[in-house]
Amino acid sequence: MHTFEFSRPADQAAAIAGASQAKTAQQGADVRFIAGGTTLIDLMKLNVETPGRVLDVNRLPLDKIEVTSDGGLKIGATVRNSDLANHPVVQRDYAVLSQAILSGASAQLRNMATTAGNLLQRTRCMYFRDTAMPCNKREPGTGCPAITGSNRMLAILGTSEHCIATNPSDMCVAMAALEATIHVQGQKGLRAIPIGDFHLLPGRTPNRETVLEPGDLITHVTLPRPIAGSKQVYLKLRDRASYEFALASAAIVMTIAAGKVKLARIAMGGVGTKPWRSPEAEAALVGKPADAVNFRKAAEAALREAKPQSENKFKIELAKRCLTHALNMASMS
Amino acid sequence: MTRISEASITSPIGRDTPRVDGPRKVSGLAQYTSDFHFPGMLYAIPVEATIANGRLLKLDTSASEKMPGVRAILHRENIGLIFRSTFEAPFGGISVERRPPFEDDVIRYYGQYIALAVADTFESAKAAADAVRATYAKEKPNVDTHLVADEDPDVVMTTYGPAERLQSQRGEVENAFANAPVKLDQTYVTPAETHNPLETHATTAIWEDSTLTLYESSQGVVNLRGVLAQMFGLPKENVRVITQFVGSGFGGKLWPWSHCPLAAAAARQLSKPVKLVLSRRMMFQSVGHRPLTQQRMRLGATRDGKLVSLQQDYIYHKSILDPYHEDCGEATAFQYSVPNLRVTFGRAKRNVGAGADMRGPGRVPGLYATESAMNELADQLKMDPVKLRILNEPKIDESKGIPFSSRHLVECFELGAQKFNWSSRTPEVASMKRDGLTLGWGMAGCSWMAERFAAAASLHLRDDGTVRIACATQDIGTGTYTILAQLASEKTGAPLEKIEVSLGDTALPEGPTSGGSMATASVIPAVLAAADGAISALLSVAVTTPGSPFENRKPDDLAFQDGRVFVKQDGLNKGVAFSDLLRRANLRLVSGSGSSPMSLGNPKPKFSMHSFGCHFVEVTWQPEIARLRVNRMVTVIDAGRIINPLTGRNQIVGGVVMGIGMALLEHTTYDPQNGAPINSSMADYIVAVNADVPPIEVHFLDYPDKEINKIGARGIGEIGLAGVAPAITAAVHHATGVRVRELPVKIEDLLV
Repeated sequence: MHTFEFSRPADQAAAIAGASQAKTAQQGADVRFIAGGTTLIDLMKLNVETPGRVLDVNRLPLDKIEVTSDGGLKIGATVRNSDLANHPVVQRDYAVLSQAILSGASAQLRNMATTAGNLLQRTRCMYFRDTAMPCNKREPGTGCPAITGSNRMLAILGTSEHCIATNPSDMCVAMAALEATIHVQGQKGLRAIPIGDFHLLPGRTPNRETVLEPGDLITHVTLPRPIAGSKQVYLKLRDRASYEFALASAAIVMTIAAGKVKLARIAMGGVGTKPWRSPEAEAALVGKPADAVNFRKAAEAALREAKPQSENKFKIELAKRCLTHALNMASMS
Repeated sequence: MTRISEASITSPIGRDTPRVDGPRKVSGLAQYTSDFHFPGMLYAIPVEATIANGRLLKLDTSASEKMPGVRAILHRENIGLIFRSTFEAPFGGISVERRPPFEDDVIRYYGQYIALAVADTFESAKAAADAVRATYAKEKPNVDTHLVADEDPDVVMTTYGPAERLQSQRGEVENAFANAPVKLDQTYVTPAETHNPLETHATTAIWEDSTLTLYESSQGVVNLRGVLAQMFGLPKENVRVITQFVGSGFGGKLWPWSHCPLAAAAARQLSKPVKLVLSRRMMFQSVGHRPLTQQRMRLGATRDGKLVSLQQDYIYHKSILDPYHEDCGEATAFQYSVPNLRVTFGRAKRNVGAGADMRGPGRVPGLYATESAMNELADQLKMDPVKLRILNEPKIDESKGIPFSSRHLVECFELGAQKFNWSSRTPEVASMKRDGLTLGWGMAGCSWMAERFAAAASLHLRDDGTVRIACATQDIGTGTYTILAQLASEKTGAPLEKIEVSLGDTALPEGPTSGGSMATASVIPAVLAAADGAISALLSVAVTTPGSPFENRKPDDLAFQDGRVFVKQDGLNKGVAFSDLLRRANLRLVSGSGSSPMSLGNPKPKFSMHSFGCHFVEVTWQPEIARLRVNRMVTVIDAGRIINPLTGRNQIVGGVVMGIGMALLEHTTYDPQNGAPINSSMADYIVAVNADVPPIEVHFLDYPDKEINKIGARGIGEIGLAGVAPAITAAVHHATGVRVRELPVKIEDLLV
């Protein structure tokens, strides 16, 4: 772990001013905000993150969950994952989010981890986390040993020849299906970023994971008004029963009328380089009878573009079964 | 009607007994190795090679040396003399990795230590270690997981001595197999696995005036003392090793590893106490692992299920230098009755760290192969696998031609089958359903050797009614403190709370290594003899002390029971407490010492001693999401007399949980490009968590084995793991129709 300076900005403006001095808000950032620290401290101990300055935002007034005037939900950046998952409004109206969060990590980690921190969770790719290894995400241009090495856990959607790292978040997958908006206060003022635009595909610059710039502070996330009568499911598949990242997961928000799918919002985890919304699956479903045949067709559509690596071809079929089963569960709920 | 004596009602042997060290553990008073602090203590962190094959050309320590708080960067040029250690008969001086750290510039495995940073604080040491720059001549490492045996002589050297590669042979195995009406020929693979005790290895070394004191997380303080004495050219009496508590070892802490002499060398050079605690990543590199095994099994049988031939030809990977032998054939030659048998082994060198004993070494992967083959043979014969086993139950150990000391395996099978309701099984694949889930049922047998190491112990009876029992064995979390307290209580009548147990210190009488599930069986004779000695001394005091109620009696007239001395013909009711007698004589204590020899390695044993058992498993299978879970287990163990069923059950359950991990989760992956054990964290090397563990029903048969010791107790530390994996893979096949012969069973194996 490198030596760093720790401070606690008095307010948002000071936090943003402090972070604005960074050269980048992406990999290699010399200034980092810290909230729960469940990703940052871990990576600092591994020397993967080496910020010279760490700004503690835990005491900024960003820890509230409120119903908005338009009937949506506003979730503060430092709301703990446990508090979010167990909030009665979330459990009632955004069940997929509650289920997703509770399927991830452990109770201890969820008690620390925050909403904004979870949005910025880094990949668990083993090569990224080991500074003795080359990694295009950590050190651009050094190569990707995962493509030729151990890649069972890695992505099959949204990869590039430079990076196949999976986005590990469960929360983000549910938020993608819920069409969350991420609110950022930065040097140029406020921005509202749809979650689908927030994370970037690796392309040639896997070191850039989000659209955040130096000085950007995530203040809160909003969820649109709950969809009346929507059926929601988060299904996560993994090797062991708990405390493991997904091999494949699916978040479903769906309404069914007269036996037909009226609305479908579908996202997947464990398979993509970002939280993976699937418009293909949604298009394959809307207007069709809500039955097993169409669910499987939607899953086929979702994985059509999948590109497996040497060890993870099975993820294509696993993700299809995951999505199909999650749709089944939702339709019967 | 049989009269039950008072003693047997109050006997602590066989009674559920909470750990006597429990309060110290839960209150934080228990000192683990890394909890010890000393004035002026320095912190050491090893620098690991980041190649697995090649040479170290240059080591640039200049940046590290300039860092604040750094005391030294030690490496090949400045570490000072460290000797090689060698085996000391009958069973000492044991080390797997004999090469002293930094001995040459050749890198043979990833993570091999190339330097040691020593600084005032942990943080400074870590920063300095990270700043050391190494230049290598790198060669491609060989970590290929497909094994072909190396050219090796017929007899190879192993950790414990020479071993014939034709391990066991009887009859005419090739003819018998060729002519067998039913044949099975399959290869089974188990992956490299890594010991993952919660407490990583740790050493604190103190060097003062040619004496070395080591606080070490060790499963064998006496052996460690011997090895360190050799490595530093010190007489044994100048080396003291202390291990009060171990946060488990699973075999990884049986023998010394390189970090230990490194800490000692740093303490020698800097004249300060030095603490060295390994990181989790290092646990995967330089402190042993269960080697990858590949076992070809050939079984021949008659159509009615009688085995006519059994061949096991196994290969395991080994490190470049070290002789560790993964003895997969240990149980093969006696587990079943078969007239024609051959067991051979080969080894394949790889650029990996030394292999090492991991809970149930050799026999656990070996039984995975033999029991899997038996299960497959049963399916081929359309025979119940329990029946097949009972049909092939041997009357004697056919490999040695001697009887078993105590073998109740058939009863294990029968009891297990009954408790599990095995008779309601339908053998067709996917034929059993419950609550929308497909069930799979499987079973397997198991065994584990029962032997004794040499052991010595001393026992004090003291004037305040307390008893002290001392032995330089150690409690690795299994309950040894409690077992010794129970034995001392049984002999002296003192209640557990009045018994002080001292372990884990080479200043005490030499005790056994906590390995091979042998510690309990080994200490029993020594402790009983020590107690007898103390009691005899007490009786002498009783008859010679002026004013003693027994003055001028003969010691033979007296007896000792429940803590009281009495005249035999007067009975216990007129007895006098030993504390009263000692106080009257103005004695603080009387002492006794006892010892017993090693049974292991006896060239002409009269009995074949082993524990036996079996596991019955139910898995659930949801093909629609490829989800397989272990749903319930019944385990029956025949391990002789169980001294403490509470901690005993805990041992078996722990073994079974590890078996679930072995069957479904655990494997160490070596990166094919650079040879690193790449999944070197608890997030990436997955073990079973609570949610993976179903209800586990454990039954002990509790037949005393009087050939091993007076109490009749064999060991139970490892047998719980043996046989779990083949029972689970059989259940997996029953549920899914997929026969997995390479562990662990992964989701992708079942997605067909």
